Amino acid sequence: MTRMAAVSEQSSLALRGKIAIWWLIASEVMIFGGAVGSYILARAAGPGWSAEAAHLSTSLATINTFVLLTSSMTMAMAFASYQKGDQREVRRFLLLTILLGLAFLGIKAYEYTSHIMEGDVPWSGSFWSFYYALTGLHALHVIAGAIVNFILFLAAGRGLSTGYRIEIAGLYWHFVDIVWIFLFPLLYLSY
Amino acid sequence: MTNPQSVDPIPASVAHIAHGELGFWRTYVFTTDHKTIAKQYLSLGLFMAFVGGYLAYVMRWQLAFPDTSIPGFGFVGPETYNALVTNHGTIMVFFVAMPILLGAFGNFLIPLMIGARDMAFPRLNMLSFWILAVSALLILTSFFVPAGGASAGWTGYAPLSARAEYTGVNWGINLWLLAHALEFASFLMGGVNFLTTAITMRAPGMTFFRLPLVIWQLLTASVIFLLSVGPLISAAVMLLMDRLLGTSFFVPEGGGDPMLWEHLFWFFGHPEVYVILLPGLGAVLEVLAVFSRKPIFGYRWIIYSTLTTGFLSMIVWAHHMFVSGMDPRLVMPFSISTILISVPIALIMFSMILTLWKGSIRLTTPMLWALGFIAMFILGGLTGIVLGSAPVNIQVHGTHFVVAHFHYVLLSVVIFGGFTGLYFWFPKMFGRMMNEPLGRLHFLLTLIFFNLTFFPMHAVGLAGMPRRIANPLQYEFLAAVQPLNVQITIMAMGLIVAQLPFLINFAWSIVAGRKAEPNPWEAATLEWTAPSPPPHGNWGEAIPTVYRGPYEYSPPGVREDYLPQDRALAARSAQEKR
Amino acid sequence: MYLNWLPENISTHGGEIDSLLRLIYYITLAWFIVTMGAMLGFVLLFRRRDGQRAAYITGEKLSQAAWLLIPAALVLVLDLWIDFRGGDAWAKAKLHVPPSELQVQVTGKQFNWEILYPGPDGQFGTVDDLQIDNELHVVVNKVVGITLKSKDVIHSLFLPNLRLQQNAVPGRKFPAWFQATKTGVFEIPCAELCGFGHSGMVGHLTVHTAEEYDKWVKEQWPSATGDEIPR
Repeated sequence: MTRMAAVSEQSSLALRGKIAIWWLIASEVMIFGGAVGSYILARAAGPGWSAEAAHLSTSLATINTFVLLTSSMTMAMAFASYQKGDQREVRRFLLLTILLGLAFLGIKAYEYTSHIMEGDVPWSGSFWSFYYALTGLHALHVIAGAIVNFILFLAAGRGLSTGYRIEIAGLYWHFVDIVWIFLFPLLYLSY
Repeated sequence: MTNPQSVDPIPASVAHIAHGELGFWRTYVFTTDHKTIAKQYLSLGLFMAFVGGYLAYVMRWQLAFPDTSIPGFGFVGPETYNALVTNHGTIMVFFVAMPILLGAFGNFLIPLMIGARDMAFPRLNMLSFWILAVSALLILTSFFVPAGGASAGWTGYAPLSARAEYTGVNWGINLWLLAHALEFASFLMGGVNFLTTAITMRAPGMTFFRLPLVIWQLLTASVIFLLSVGPLISAAVMLLMDRLLGTSFFVPEGGGDPMLWEHLFWFFGHPEVYVILLPGLGAVLEVLAVFSRKPIFGYRWIIYSTLTTGFLSMIVWAHHMFVSGMDPRLVMPFSISTILISVPIALIMFSMILTLWKGSIRLTTPMLWALGFIAMFILGGLTGIVLGSAPVNIQVHGTHFVVAHFHYVLLSVVIFGGFTGLYFWFPKMFGRMMNEPLGRLHFLLTLIFFNLTFFPMHAVGLAGMPRRIANPLQYEFLAAVQPLNVQITIMAMGLIVAQLPFLINFAWSIVAGRKAEPNPWEAATLEWTAPSPPPHGNWGEAIPTVYRGPYEYSPPGVREDYLPQDRALAARSAQEKR
Repeated sequence: MYLNWLPENISTHGGEIDSLLRLIYYITLAWFIVTMGAMLGFVLLFRRRDGQRAAYITGEKLSQAAWLLIPAALVLVLDLWIDFRGGDAWAKAKLHVPPSELQVQVTGKQFNWEILYPGPDGQFGTVDDLQIDNELHVVVNKVVGITLKSKDVIHSLFLPNLRLQQNAVPGRKFPAWFQATKTGVFEIPCAELCGFGHSGMVGHLTVHTAEEYDKWVKEQWPSATGDEIPR
């Protein structure tokens, strides 16, 4: 009776978490939608952005895309491990996800640094303003996701039965990945 | 009579929070109880109403008696006036209307009316209040930094707002933007909490179509907010970058577009007013049913209208931009959608009035406020038709006609709707009754002074007085309306003073009002089945089970005057047999 | 009665705007009277009386809901009527800009209206261009074309007597036009918050008769001969 109550308590907590994260994602879609929409309209209206966009490193961004896609996969596998009840695998995949997220941020930091060294700063022009704003906003979300994943990693280490939160955090992480899937072609591939 | 209720043992997380066990800080300050958080939002809203009202006092005094020293303030320089106007609007919208109607009403009512012990995420709830409190602190701080507070209007149009040299204000506007960022985060969290709670934690038997209408309104408002605030969050980030990093999102010299800000702002700004409207509307609907002893007329139609209004509210935003220079061919579609939004709103108004038909009406204080809301909101909404017609808008945009319109609609919601709810749910919130004669006096004085203040403002606007003018005497063509400006100012002082009976009543009743029973109004919804005030966890051993809709007043074939939502059917038919 | 507060209309397209405003006024007044009459009437008629119970009317049945739906449909029909009338008036005021006989460029700049006249040659960008701050001089009964710009922030050119209002946005050029039917001097306030000098940012429109206008032109451009003056 107690175990059933605990399970049903957990599944209702899981349901609440999932509904909450979907509403959060809906509002985040509007946040990025507003920013991306503004970028598209501004770019369509003004010439000369392609020349600036050519300064970006498509190869680095392609690597980053694979990094994030892989991290989404490891996140999904962390949840699968939780469902199988393999706590050590959960920790392993969570750690991989975090490391891949950090790798993404590292590559991004390298990109930013090289641009700044070349004098392409946020106030260098409209393209750069949008580039930094969009990728900066995205990077903040990656950092937030990495922190959440790290908290879950620690919790998994202490054996706390909060594994259902991996699914919820996973939904958020996949969303962050999808935003990148939009930013990548819009910023790096359109010239 | 025994009601088979669902046995739902108080969860451990709530059980030990007997009042006082956790100590002062965790009971009153860092509380996770939705009812206490609601009171915190209410306190914040009432406090900021003082600030916003003070700013209005200074503004109106300056308008009536320009370039004189305002008692309790001093001389108003031109940049100061712009800061007064800006912060009056920002504070009233984001730190009075939203905290009271959404923060206080939403937090207090949602768990109680759906039959839940608390919100889905109590700690997130606590966090969202404190983030708002910090946000309010930022706004208040902004008044005292060098060059003063934000002065580009609550609308913050660029490039005036994008470069400090255009206003002369630097950190005032930066703090204003940061305050917005925090405040958006706070309400986003609150909205997610409201929706998740209502979707997953309704008591057994509480289907969506048995929810009280105020809950539907709160949920729709939450959805509207969640889906519309995003673009303004992006815009605020971009504006901060323009100010702090020298980017040019909104500055044409750097390749930017001032009109992008307008679109992003109003894409949120218009739905925002419906976010404020709907909860106030909801409070009025609840009160109308209770004090007519009748079901709300057309419950489902109101829900459909509410959802339609919510949807339409997202596609009317450019009616704030008819003369902005946007492509004139875009104007008529927005004019049409704007005028169409009056249809579902009109339906709700008709429903409110028809609820009175063949009722048994008790003119208690909450009922008076509800009736006042209907009158004032219809008046304000009708002037919206004037504004929504694009060619007429050419003449009245940017004038005091707009100011009159939005004060009629906003104040009818915040003041009339807000006091409807406040007087009605006070016994449940504080366990005491408010004083009826003082309440009626408050209503009457407010009704009179509100109209004497804002009705003449339509004439001032028609005469052509632009908004955000610090000194009407600088214009010869406004000499004829200056007497009206003086009258408006004096009546506004009356409106402010008219709130005194409420303040006295409120404070006195909290400490010394007559103790309230659980259900002093004989209302049918679930919050009235809990004690007044409800304990932590809202009910004792068992939460209610729901058997019917929320407005079973004067039901046929039953001797009682009303059937509460949680009264079991078996008991009812047992009564009939007697 | 409220409409009397409107400044006198001296523009050719203003009449339609005013009559539309009058139509809306009467429609909305009628709705207000009907709804308030009903509300107050019901409150008085159905006050609580001992022994009398309210009627249990839910509005669910279509025959009852009709009382909601039919008035709502009426609101819709009247709304659409207002919008159709509006479409015509809007097109006249903003979409179909008639060819102008006089042209000026008006540039908002904190906190003045910089008015650029093309001069007797009628061309902008030539030596006889003349900028006069805050003074707009035109001839009665002629179409005046305005190119509206801004040098810094958003301003709004507002000519209440001409039923004309148009934002001036930096980085953009917007057309505006009017045709005045009466002479006189009228103020031109700025109707969009533009900084600490927004209050008091005001120009003057002078609508001259043909002779007065000729005299004014000769004063501004003394070297011009008679034939070049646009009429």
